[in-house]
Amino acid sequence: MKNKFLIIILLIFNIKLNANENTGVDTKIFKNLRCLVCQGQTIAESNSDFAQTIKIVVRDKISQGSNEKEIYEFLSEKYGEWIVYKPKFNYLNSFLWISPYIVLILGGYLIFKYFRKRRQ
Amino acid sequence: MKVSLLKIISFCLVIFTIVVFFIALNIDNRYSTENIVGKKIDNFKIKFLSHDQTFENKDLSNDKYNLINVWASWCLPCKKEHPILMELSKEKNINLIGINFKDKKNNANKFLKDLGNPYNIILSDKDGISSISFGVFGVPETILVNTKQIIIKKFIGPLDTNDYKNILSIIHEK
Amino acid sequence: MLSNTGNILLIGSIVSTFLIVYLAYQSIKERSFQIKKNIIYCSFFQITFVISSFLLLIFAFIFSDFSLLAVYQNSHTAKPLFYKISGVWGNHEGSMLLWINIMVLFSYLFFVFNNKINTVFSLYTLVVQNILILGFLIFLISDSNPFFKILPTPIEGLGLNPILQDPALAIHPPLLYLGFVGSSIYFSAAVAAILSNSNGKNFALSIKKWVLISWSFQSLGIIVGSIWAYYELGWGGFWFWDPVENASLIPWFCMTALAHSVLVLEKRNYLYNWVLILSLITFISSVTGTFLVRSGILNSVHTFANDPSRGLYILIFLSLMILFSFIIFFKRRINDQFNLNPISKETFILSNNWFMMFYLATVFVGTIYPIFTQVLYNTNISVGPPFYNQVIAPILIPFLIFMAVGPKIGWMKSNFIAFKPFFIIIVLSLLINFFISYFLKSYNLISNLIVVSSLFLILHSLKDFISNFKSNSYINLASFFSHLGFGFLIFFIILNHNFSEEFDLNIKVGETKKIGNMEIKFNNLKIENRKNYNAVIGDFNIQDFQRNYLKNLNPEIRVYENPQTLTFESAINTNLKQDIYLTMSNIDGSDFYNIKFQVKPFMLWIWFAAFLTASGGLIRVFLKK
Repeated sequence: MKNKFLIIILLIFNIKLNANENTGVDTKIFKNLRCLVCQGQTIAESNSDFAQTIKIVVRDKISQGSNEKEIYEFLSEKYGEWIVYKPKFNYLNSFLWISPYIVLILGGYLIFKYFRKRRQ
Repeated sequence: MKVSLLKIISFCLVIFTIVVFFIALNIDNRYSTENIVGKKIDNFKIKFLSHDQTFENKDLSNDKYNLINVWASWCLPCKKEHPILMELSKEKNINLIGINFKDKKNNANKFLKDLGNPYNIILSDKDGISSISFGVFGVPETILVNTKQIIIKKFIGPLDTNDYKNILSIIHEK
Repeated sequence: MLSNTGNILLIGSIVSTFLIVYLAYQSIKERSFQIKKNIIYCSFFQITFVISSFLLLIFAFIFSDFSLLAVYQNSHTAKPLFYKISGVWGNHEGSMLLWINIMVLFSYLFFVFNNKINTVFSLYTLVVQNILILGFLIFLISDSNPFFKILPTPIEGLGLNPILQDPALAIHPPLLYLGFVGSSIYFSAAVAAILSNSNGKNFALSIKKWVLISWSFQSLGIIVGSIWAYYELGWGGFWFWDPVENASLIPWFCMTALAHSVLVLEKRNYLYNWVLILSLITFISSVTGTFLVRSGILNSVHTFANDPSRGLYILIFLSLMILFSFIIFFKRRINDQFNLNPISKETFILSNNWFMMFYLATVFVGTIYPIFTQVLYNTNISVGPPFYNQVIAPILIPFLIFMAVGPKIGWMKSNFIAFKPFFIIIVLSLLINFFISYFLKSYNLISNLIVVSSLFLILHSLKDFISNFKSNSYINLASFFSHLGFGFLIFFIILNHNFSEEFDLNIKVGETKKIGNMEIKFNNLKIENRKNYNAVIGDFNIQDFQRNYLKNLNPEIRVYENPQTLTFESAINTNLKQDIYLTMSNIDGSDFYNIKFQVKPFMLWIWFAAFLTASGGLIRVFLKK
């Protein structure tokens, strides 16, 4: 009982403490953008001219008060959804987001089925 | 029964995947930003190359087609497409706007002096930021805008004779 | 001359492979239970032909024989010897020859080791494996012949992509191939086991060693590849969820699952069907990955010369392979009845497989989904790191906990699990986590939970090890190292992820910039002529006032001549605590240089933990009980 109590205390403490994220919003956004002129690099990683420009644009947008989502929307309107590395959850991408969990549930069910057999 | 259902589903999925792979093999997967086509042009404000005044959406011609060409003096393919732009500049029904991209003023002027100036209006996008609103990611790129400020065509890379014919047929359509 | 010799050797390989298939099939039909001498001779000829053709190609690269197209396109006389050799597998044709070499080598060794146990089974394996080899040989000779001649002979070669001229990348492909091409042998064995009605236990015994060998090499290949990406690509990351990386990770998930469930089959004779399926899909996923990478239907960091006709051949081959293995598997269904006890080793091993299949599904769907949207909806989407991190990270938590508990549980027993040590370990992990985040830096909930569960795994493994050691009972070193290593790996990766600092700034020669408690000084720039490139070397001083150190770093921009390329070399200062990572790149038309400066803690420990994980497999192979 004491132990359980201690666990809960420690967990709560820790969760409350995590207020600040280490990376800035700009870096977070750069890491989610594809450098279109490079081979599979993100804007954060790329040395290209295009990446430099996008970085300036994103920083401008942030200082103008745009949030992350608005910036992604702005850029995907110009360059297509391809520029964003994390696909939106929409009708088209629903299977992408759901299918891993289908496998997870199905697998769990199959294993569980063998337990049940035994009990009968 | 359930197991065989699983069998059928997995079998269908595999077949489906393979068919998609077969089709994908023959698709050109070079990327283009053509999804901007059909949309109204964004608000923009770009400086002229020669002076500090700015050019905006409202300054776009509304009785002629606008052809916005993004170019730079350091860009080799731009030299290649230049004769085509010169040809287009002879057409009456089109307003040629050149956006000088990440370039130095002197070099840009020299480029136009040497090869001729096809543009009605020359703008300068020194840091390349304004061109983002046209979905530009390299030079040269060209977009064709109609009188209602809708983007109707986008060309990535240098214009060639096919593109030239294409543009002519669009602007003569009316 | 060389070209002709090479082609003769390849034809010799095809003939001997064909003969093996024919002779082995004859012996099966005649039900002769002795291996005929001529099969052994043929196998011997085959391996000789194949290996000598490979040696011949290496020879051609070393002596820069540009009469061969492959050498001309991928080599250059000014290249150092080491990279001339690694150029052999740095291109499509040569790597296919390496691929075939490994298939033949595994086939030969498997046959030598297993033919005395069960003749029919090993003959069937030989037939299936050699049909696969035949397929790849025909592909090689018809579409990607490394001995293709060009006339007239060019004087100089085009050179190897400089980014590939690196020691880690030179050994990366052979390691990886030993892994996923090696998996062909248990694909063949699985088909053979079904055809010959072999019993589950024997099948498990015959493939176990090969699964572990291929798993170990696959792991090593992946690690070396990511070390290369870390210092060579100059982005400071080590895993990018790039399609090519995913293509090597998918078979790794299968192998990991197989390495675990094969034990259940061996000890308890359960899960025969499942082990067969895993054996089949390991190689199928390897070939699928190869197809995705080589056909060029994906955009990726690593590029092979893409050619749709190659893609088509591999795809047809793949489809046939899947089709036949499916038909064979479904036709002769092996009855596989068993019951599981919820608290038993079997259950925990199955749960490993369960998680592996989840990761596999995530990575596989993520990799191929863009192809689907493009074909079906004509929309390009990108699936990148944020997707994988978000889907995979939370599921690591239960996985790590299961992984901690699993090894201690006995077979089939339903012993009551002692909960007391659990609590002590959980409290201890929570405490450590608390101290880390309290004294250093706090991170989000998922990171917290992953750190706690990885600490749980680490502490639990250590506790098991110590208590086993004390009581003098049997210690499973392989599983101990792998599990402990994996715990450390996740632990350090999460800490690294949360504590890394990145700065991106533009700086001129002579300038000093201040960021936080640090100061970066760009002292000067010099240009050096090296053997096959020119280097622009930056001289930077990094000073940290808080932690009180001064480091000098020299990142480079390299200008290669053949072929003309720019590469950006990072400067890394490594110590036990952290890596200080600096890259620079020029900005066109300005005096400024763009520098990326990163402080990445525990990088050395990540590599160490990864190697520790991989070592488990090799320990199991070489250290018999």
